[in-house]
Amino acid sequence: MPLIMPLIEIRNLSKAYRRGDQTVPVLAGISLDVEAGEFIGLMGPSGSGKSTLLNLIAGIDKPDAGVLRVGGIDITQLPEAALADWRAANVGFIFQFYNLMPVLTALENVELPLLLTPLSRHERRERAEFFLGLVGLADRMTHTPAELSGGQQQRVAIARAMITDPTILVADEPTGDLDRVSGGEILDLMDRLNRELKKTIVMVTHDPKAAERAHRLRHLEKGVLTDEIESPV
Amino acid sequence: MLLKLILKNALRHKLRTGLTLTGIVVAILAFGLLHTIVRAWYAGADATSSSRLVTRNAISLVFPMPLSYQPKLRAISGVAGVSYANWFGGVYITEKNFFPQFAVQADTYFKLYPEFLVDDAQMKDFLHDRKGALVGRKIAEMYGWKVGDVVPLRGTIWPGNWEFVIRGIYHGADQKTDQSQFFFHWDYLNETAKKNYPRRANTVGVYILALQDPARAAEISTAIDATFKNSLAETLTETEKAFQLSFVAMTETILTAVQAVSYVVILIIMAVMANTMAMTVRERLAEYATLKALGFSAGFVTRLIFGESVAIALIGAAIGIALTFPIAQAFGNAMGTLFPIFYVAQETVVMQVGAALIVGLVAAVAPSWRAATVNIVKGLRSVG
Repeated sequence: MPLIMPLIEIRNLSKAYRRGDQTVPVLAGISLDVEAGEFIGLMGPSGSGKSTLLNLIAGIDKPDAGVLRVGGIDITQLPEAALADWRAANVGFIFQFYNLMPVLTALENVELPLLLTPLSRHERRERAEFFLGLVGLADRMTHTPAELSGGQQQRVAIARAMITDPTILVADEPTGDLDRVSGGEILDLMDRLNRELKKTIVMVTHDPKAAERAHRLRHLEKGVLTDEIESPV
Repeated sequence: MLLKLILKNALRHKLRTGLTLTGIVVAILAFGLLHTIVRAWYAGADATSSSRLVTRNAISLVFPMPLSYQPKLRAISGVAGVSYANWFGGVYITEKNFFPQFAVQADTYFKLYPEFLVDDAQMKDFLHDRKGALVGRKIAEMYGWKVGDVVPLRGTIWPGNWEFVIRGIYHGADQKTDQSQFFFHWDYLNETAKKNYPRRANTVGVYILALQDPARAAEISTAIDATFKNSLAETLTETEKAFQLSFVAMTETILTAVQAVSYVVILIIMAVMANTMAMTVRERLAEYATLKALGFSAGFVTRLIFGESVAIALIGAAIGIALTFPIAQAFGNAMGTLFPIFYVAQETVVMQVGAALIVGLVAAVAPSWRAATVNIVKGLRSVG
């Protein structure tokens, strides 16, 4: 028995989707450990199951079989409402297409997850301003997503992901919709969050530049983890 | 922030929201106007007093009763006062200028109708002038009559050319009071009848009776009709409300149709609104999935959609209700004396708000169910 439990502990995780009469296996008995403070990258061809694995880790999808513990809690056993509360407290999402609320300003978007906390309006505002400043958008607080560039929108999304101080950050192709320069800035930011704030990051990517930033890379092929590469970083 | 999100979402697609709002405004306006018309039809019955009875000939209203019934009616236990009136049915210039005209026993009649407010001096002048007339404010304004003006009427039931001098203009104690009536002295009618149609002299169209205790209305009505049983003119006594409703009953089918149309209008706009909300939710599935991923409950998503739907419906209702008042007034003026009492009642406004609320709530049921139960992963993949 290891002395220190991994933050994310995955054992024999399986998932299949139904397509008409057919059952299509996506993950076939995957086992994986992620330590606290780790930055892990998941790579693989389309349909290999990497996004499905990420969704399961984030608690937005349920496996068919297996165990998935995060911080010692088997999240596969949590009922829907408890799982939603768990996500609100423990997971920060960074999506490929940012998924910001288009009618809210950058500040309001960042503040949004705090509506689920007992913080006062003033405290929420103060915290949202701080995190927007942290991602370098202090001067864009009142801008709506349509008034921001892709890179800026992703930075707002990162501030939103960070504002509840989650245990893990899950990033699904965070640079997939960005040009090289903006993508680089986003990766720098994620790097900083990992190094300075010790955030555990699980990232799915096709981008070799993004993959370089991960401490560890795992490849998926037809629902199975194939190899492990230590990143030079 | 929930309220802000609801309002901003509601105004997100300006053209779509604008068109939906226009539909709701028109529907709520039509609903309010149709209800006001129905209420106007019943206005005569609504304005009645529970302490008054009306006695008429049991065969039909067109058959009169002898004047000699008055002292007998007054003697019946529980009757506090008796007056009488005859329908005149004259024409002012042309048949289009319709307004109700009654020959009334002036000394007693207005004591039974305290809701007709007349200046004391004008009432005194009216009572002293046998050819005098007391007219409602509404018809006085409509025809530009002033005190002292002579009004000629061409008699139809009581043939001949009649002239009356306006001695007073009455106002209503409240909105329910009919201010489009024309009263003159029954004595003047009777004197003329004695000369020109002697067989119709000393006859009365209806007796109006004041009760000491409204709770005894049924018992006293029975006693009155029993008094005149087997006489030449048997009577039918009923409450003033029942008397008025007997006129409404003649057109009840039309009223039912009007009411049905008002509800159909609401059903149509409900379908339009439901379609708007369904399109809205379909476009925003990824946003609702994102909210759920962030930890927001299905209940929060449901509140967002219901809130937006109800907000649009209530904004439309507010504009529709605001427009109902001036349009109803213009409609009432255009209808002249056809609807003597025509106003938007508080009850109608409450029904308009209720209808809008139901539209907003019902329209959001299916879309909010879809959004609340959306699978997060599938929702995140959906494209608006």
